[in-house]
Amino acid sequence: MNTEKNIKTLIVKKPLKLDCGKTIKDFPLAYETYGSLNSKKDNAILVFHALTGDQFVTGINPVTNKEGWWSYAVGPDKAIDTNKYFVICSNVIGGCMGSYGPSHKDPDQKIFGTNFPVITINDMVNAQYNLLDHFGIDKLFSITGGSMGGMQVLQFISNFPDKSKTVIPIATTSSHSAQNIAFNELGRQAITADSNWRDGNYTSNETNPGKGLAVARMAAHITYLSKKGLQEKFGRKLQEREDLKFGFDADFQIESYLRYQGSVFVDRFDANSYLYITRAMDYFDLAKQFKGNLSEAFINSKAKFFIISFTSDWLYPTQENKDIVIALNSIGADVGFVEIDSDKGHDSFLLDVPDFLNALKNFLDKSYEEN
Amino acid sequence: MKNEFQIIADLIEKDKKVLDVGCADGTLMKFLKDNKNINIRGLEISKEKVQECIAKGLTVIEGNAEKDLKQFPDKSFDYVVLSQTLQAFLNPELVLDELLRVGKKAIVTIPNFGYWKVRFHLLLKGTMPITKTLPDEWYNTPNLHMCTIKDFFHFVKSKDIKIFKSLALNNLNSSIINENNLGIKNLFADLGIFLIEK
Repeated sequence: MNTEKNIKTLIVKKPLKLDCGKTIKDFPLAYETYGSLNSKKDNAILVFHALTGDQFVTGINPVTNKEGWWSYAVGPDKAIDTNKYFVICSNVIGGCMGSYGPSHKDPDQKIFGTNFPVITINDMVNAQYNLLDHFGIDKLFSITGGSMGGMQVLQFISNFPDKSKTVIPIATTSSHSAQNIAFNELGRQAITADSNWRDGNYTSNETNPGKGLAVARMAAHITYLSKKGLQEKFGRKLQEREDLKFGFDADFQIESYLRYQGSVFVDRFDANSYLYITRAMDYFDLAKQFKGNLSEAFINSKAKFFIISFTSDWLYPTQENKDIVIALNSIGADVGFVEIDSDKGHDSFLLDVPDFLNALKNFLDKSYEEN
Repeated sequence: MKNEFQIIADLIEKDKKVLDVGCADGTLMKFLKDNKNINIRGLEISKEKVQECIAKGLTVIEGNAEKDLKQFPDKSFDYVVLSQTLQAFLNPELVLDELLRVGKKAIVTIPNFGYWKVRFHLLLKGTMPITKTLPDEWYNTPNLHMCTIKDFFHFVKSKDIKIFKSLALNNLNSSIINENNLGIKNLFADLGIFLIEK
């Protein structure tokens, strides 16, 4: 998990006051960059990752040896063209790919576990803001991300209204719904019900609550797909067998697929980080930060917004994305919106969905030409 | 660019803020943006057309005028443009009211059902008229509420909407419509263009 090699880290010296009231300082923020920053420093795009993502956006992730999570969208000549743009992404605080999180040690050299402070989306973006100073960037060309990445996009432009020229929240929400809190709670309960979890102190015993984390991942994974997508990919197809076995092994391909998704996830993700990050998502309610008026979150920004949703995404449905569009229109902001046709569910933003990738590319490239 | 768009563009002063409702592939938007420095937004229902607008670098919202105009604040645009779409809405009156709420002024164009070719088609052939501006068959036309220039003229007056300018368009020729020539224009124009305000 926390393989120190190949991880670039910025030590944030400036104290950061967290929403929970605690202050952290001298903490590590792990990041990665792609492409190069031009001399005018006006081609930087800050990408925010989703719940289980990390800073390794594209190419081969040096820790997992797998493709980066947004390889379809980011790279040379791709939608976010790294021949043209300088892409920065950092692991969120609370995460487990090098940034300050529950698997780190406290000042007494004891692993934090659940003694790590509860963090919020606001804390995450405030930590990441330090990357601008680090690279000497006065204003980003764009900020983007899907799902929890989109929440960070919204929070970032609200906190730093003049720090990005364009803003692209994708498949996201301004306020985590009851249904989404419910799914996250299901995942957390699966983890904490695993006897290996030991109130979060498992790392000292070198045994992880892998079973609980795998179940959390399996449940969440279903929410990332659509019913139609699942039916078309798996239907009732059986897993390497001619007939039902009248037992509880994985008879169906979908069962085997989910078990696989759960097992590979455990190898790369920390259970406590899963608790912390899902909590941050649940606490996210941008309108509430502005007394229920979401428009107020964006009132000071002159950025150009482009919001994208997907037809089959029932986790962050079009209406929740449109609510952001409505809030922006009501203050006369420059906002475009498109709902992409896709049967790949919430995961659409991570996959090869040409209409989405074209829209993203065209919006970025045309906006950059106007620079 | 079609003549209708050129006339619409001529009605709009430089540096204004304009919403193009049903902006299609963004041809008019692009022209206004490039030639008149217009701060332009579009609303378009077709996903394909929205993509074409994005490819042109235009700010467009995918949406339906009957449902999505309400999100814009009162008088938030100098002009709202609606080209040849009013007749396709379930409730054209509501859409017209919304255009005039959102825009300080509105530019509405309508295909004229009073055009002599339309009248002759129905009179002589006895089938639903098909013309250059009304190319669809009765069973697949998006048009639900066809009207004539005269109908629209009277309708607008009855709603106390101010008409700043009304133009009759026949191929490349445009001319002013007024109370006195309404009957003639209603016969010889295939398109009516109205600049209105409430």
